[in-house]
Amino acid sequence: MKRRFCFIAFISIIGLFITGCEYKSEKAKEYINVYSWGEFISNGSEGSIDVNKEFTKETGIKVNYKTFQNNEELFAKLSGGGFDYDVIIPSDYMVSKLIENDMLEKLNFSNIPNFNLINNNFKGLNFDPNNEYSVPYMWGMVGIFYNKEEVVEKEEEISWDILWNKKYKNKILMFDNARDSFAISLLRLGYPINTQDSEKWKEAANELLRQKPLVQAYVMDQIFNKMGNHEAVLAPYYAGDAAAIMKSNENIGFVIPKEGSTMFVDSLCIPKNSSHKRQAEQYINFMCRTDIALANVKHIGYSTPHKEAYEKLDEEVKNNEIFYPSKEVLDKSQIFTNLSPEINSLMDKLWIEVKAGGISENPWMILFILGGFILLYFIIILLKKCRFIK
Amino acid sequence: MSLIFLFLYLPIFVLMAFSFNDSKSRVVWAGFTFKWYQRLFENQEILGAFYNTLTVAVVSSIIATLLGTVAAVGITRSKKLTRKLIMNITNIPMINPEIVTGVSLMLMFVFLYNSLGVFKPGLLTLISAHTTFCLPYVILSVMPKLRQMDSNIYEAAQDLGCSPFSAFFKVVLPQITSGIVTGFIMSFTMSIDDFVISYFTGGTTQTLPIAVYSMTRKMVSPEINVLSALLFMFVFILLVIINLRGEKDKLLSTNNL
Amino acid sequence: MKIRLSLFPYLLWMAIFVIVPMMLVVFFSFTDSSGSLTFENLIEAGKYSAVFLRSISLGAASTIICLIIGYPAAHFISKANFKYQNIFIMLLMIPMWTSFLLRTYAWMTLLEYNGLINRLLNFFEIQRLNMINTPGAVMLGMVYNFLPYMILPIYTVLTKIDKKVIEAAQDLGANKLEVFTKVIFPLSIPGIVSGVTMVFVPSVSTFIISKMLGGGSILVIGDLIEMQFLGNAYNPYLGSCISLILMIIIMICMGIMNSLDNGSEEEIFL
Repeated sequence: MKRRFCFIAFISIIGLFITGCEYKSEKAKEYINVYSWGEFISNGSEGSIDVNKEFTKETGIKVNYKTFQNNEELFAKLSGGGFDYDVIIPSDYMVSKLIENDMLEKLNFSNIPNFNLINNNFKGLNFDPNNEYSVPYMWGMVGIFYNKEEVVEKEEEISWDILWNKKYKNKILMFDNARDSFAISLLRLGYPINTQDSEKWKEAANELLRQKPLVQAYVMDQIFNKMGNHEAVLAPYYAGDAAAIMKSNENIGFVIPKEGSTMFVDSLCIPKNSSHKRQAEQYINFMCRTDIALANVKHIGYSTPHKEAYEKLDEEVKNNEIFYPSKEVLDKSQIFTNLSPEINSLMDKLWIEVKAGGISENPWMILFILGGFILLYFIIILLKKCRFIK
Repeated sequence: MSLIFLFLYLPIFVLMAFSFNDSKSRVVWAGFTFKWYQRLFENQEILGAFYNTLTVAVVSSIIATLLGTVAAVGITRSKKLTRKLIMNITNIPMINPEIVTGVSLMLMFVFLYNSLGVFKPGLLTLISAHTTFCLPYVILSVMPKLRQMDSNIYEAAQDLGCSPFSAFFKVVLPQITSGIVTGFIMSFTMSIDDFVISYFTGGTTQTLPIAVYSMTRKMVSPEINVLSALLFMFVFILLVIINLRGEKDKLLSTNNL
Repeated sequence: MKIRLSLFPYLLWMAIFVIVPMMLVVFFSFTDSSGSLTFENLIEAGKYSAVFLRSISLGAASTIICLIIGYPAAHFISKANFKYQNIFIMLLMIPMWTSFLLRTYAWMTLLEYNGLINRLLNFFEIQRLNMINTPGAVMLGMVYNFLPYMILPIYTVLTKIDKKVIEAAQDLGANKLEVFTKVIFPLSIPGIVSGVTMVFVPSVSTFIISKMLGGGSILVIGDLIEMQFLGNAYNPYLGSCISLILMIIIMICMGIMNSLDNGSEEEIFL
């Protein structure tokens, strides 16, 4: 018996020892909780700057860096309450949704002098018209990644419709997020992506339902793996990830469909319940410093709204249409804005329906199922009783 | 039979094999390397999560063991009706699907936090949630030992001048120690392995399973393979040693509860 | 009813962390965001009947597969030499100690179109199979994760069967098959019942397996609940309602299983 106790004590001590040492040295009094996208900061790999470590080194403030999968997850966590984030990086429409729900703190721009370095084209966009709550961090376009070996269409022939092509059944990946998936469906139908017309949303949902049998999986960051390993041949995703995906497999191309596409801007914000606002602003300002912004954009591969960082990029990247597309493409692109609550909940509902493969018209079905089970139960009890009497 | 074991172990061997893979890919074999083993001990995210997991497991299994043992003593001595009622309550967390337990606790923690400002999701909520789902297992492993015990001994001790307290510590406790230890080990392992309940109640605090989950949704870094390979080897060696030491029957009684 | 002092801390704990949360689930199930009483959630949840049906059938199917594989395995182990029995049981336990997320993830590597199994098939020039992201893959994940929960209780019950009963049956002229169908099988029903519940409950309510091996396109109840609380559509009211229905379904199933159990016991003693 004692031996077993020893074992457990041994495990715990070893565990505490391993981690304890690491921890003590890192423990700083001040800290901020940063909630961001996966792979969305320069992390020190391949000789780059480890931005969070650098920040701690310069200011003594420790950064707790957590990642989320999509804007909705971020919103759910924030509105669920009890999650104390200090810096978050939502996308455009989520910024406006958070503003509307009074969930963002107004920024004190005198604490963020580096804001001047941001390209004016990215200030006061439609999601934050007076630019009081957000500092643009990265932007990019949505397009289609395709495997050049398997997709027979030429680059200029590729439109959103290819994602509905039966030829590529089970080879198509789709966004695992309502907004982006619906935008594709709406763009394909030729509707504006921020339409307030519920009929158009329903039509788009029907199209997505029709597409579902062709879709291999609804995923987000997993497409790196799936495209790289030749699991799938078509996947809509953010242009910023082009470099990473193309590096993993040189047969992969990227195209922005001719119907136009969506442009997204991810911004640094401070949520309302933040308890470290001053440190958070310090962090945002730090992220806007030219060397840091440059390190981040080089690591992430998205497009930067930072003037000086853009100038310092390699010519090759600066002139690359994927990252910094021509005016013509930009003019055709649309930015998400927040939808009215009705449309928003309609979209959420429709999206679950799409993923569930349609819903049943009859809401009482569930009672039938339950009733069936209860009936079965009684039959068994009855049978038992009969036997017992015999 | 061997097919079943192949089925059970194939994925684990795949994991272990890929912990030595030189490339980050899950499919392509790029050569043998130990570099991920080195990286593991530099990865703050994983180590932090590991540390949280251990803290939660140790604290919650200790609380669960204490509370559960005392409760088990109380339950065995209550009247039949009370006992039945309490056992029904005890069974709730065991019967309920994990997701329902997790969701209901999350509702309550969020509600408490928003209205009273207590139970901020984090280590505290994790510990209380884990204690809750571990408690029934402690009770169920201590109760049979109490029932086997001859209650006359306890009374005899008191007749011989022991106070009820010291009678408990000197007479009852030694006889139920094996049950308590079993309960503790079960709580500890259940707590370490739990994902669903932590996922809903943990807030920003990451435990190891949660860190693994967020990684499986993008690219699993091979460090995680390394960690699971190490844990697997550890458990394997531990069990082999226990088995060799001839504690077979005790181990079995642990497992079959 | 007198409650002992020693029970107080425990009961207080259970009241706060079990009873109150359950009440909250029930309360939320019948309210809307403004806090007034409504049955809207129930109707909303009813619209997802297809999802419920899919989860129940997936769960039931994998439970049956587990039983079909698990029973012979348990029988085999219980028949083996005592020394080997322990080794077998230990081997069954070890995988349960490693993270089930990672083991499920490893199946992704195996099942993918370019995964290891398909590569092997390709090597032998057999047609590649489309395995990942199908209901079959989800079922495989469930069977894989929960098979030990089926084998262990059946094994325990089988080892507890008194050898004398079997010998008595043989002395009375029963052949091997009769011994099994008339003695061993009825006596092992309690083990089957607990095995079935231990497999069915988690497989009906899982959301990770379906997410990882189903590619997000095979939605089950667990996914639905998770989406309401932490996912795209934040709606704890509907989520609670779905959880409540899930709880009721499982309770009824447990009731069915338990009634089977008692029935068999009575038969034996009659």
